[in-house]
Amino acid sequence: MNNIAYDQELDCKGLNCPLPILKTKKQVDAMEIGQVLKMESTDPGSISDMNAWTKRTGHELISHIEDGGIYTFYVKKT
Amino acid sequence: MSETKKMALIASQGTLDWAYPPFILASTAAAMDMEVQIFFTFYGLTLLKKEIKAKVAPQANPSMPMKMPFGPKGFQNINWPMPNILMGNVPGFETMATSLMKKTFKNKGVATIEELRDICLEAGVKFIGCTMTMDVFGFDKDEFIDGVVVGGAATFLEFAVEADIQLFI
Repeated sequence: MNNIAYDQELDCKGLNCPLPILKTKKQVDAMEIGQVLKMESTDPGSISDMNAWTKRTGHELISHIEDGGIYTFYVKKT
Repeated sequence: MSETKKMALIASQGTLDWAYPPFILASTAAAMDMEVQIFFTFYGLTLLKKEIKAKVAPQANPSMPMKMPFGPKGFQNINWPMPNILMGNVPGFETMATSLMKKTFKNKGVATIEELRDICLEAGVKFIGCTMTMDVFGFDKDEFIDGVVVGGAATFLEFAVEADIQLFI
């Protein structure tokens, strides 16, 4: 389940709300449609926030994995 | 995706703690593809100055938890009791409380007000300075960061009436 292919990655570990969302937005904006971003965060709020953000913007949240306090998100730009 | 949603905020406070909500909400709403305007009025106007000098006022917030930004985690988690007599009367207490809050925020990976404000501007959030309070406080548009538009209540209301979210902060 950790073998999702991605084109770019973003480290938001240690950052607090709303920075993970703001940085994700900035990076996704600079990507091509169809590309996948892997984002890692330690903010427990980012699970709910990433769901809300993708729902609002229409980008696809392919999956999120939680492991030892690190949340990994895969977002596909639409 | 539906049509563009809009958010209208009024930022009326100029202390460090109250400076966060408008900039956090505005930057995040912009990241969620919303169109955002913030109307800065009264003490909120100071957040438009080139250099933000916002402080926290512990005396005005009796339930403010006082945390130490250094030492072991158990020590950092202690809520230090701050008697009102100390908050009100010790010179420099406000400066110390501000410095402690800033350090704690930094340690916790929270953006600074200036960073959030820059992100807002970059994302196209529109800042409006209230002309009436500018006149009362003697603020000039030149003291503010670039990109600020000035206007009055009608300017805010014209946008707010069409907005999906309106908040007074």
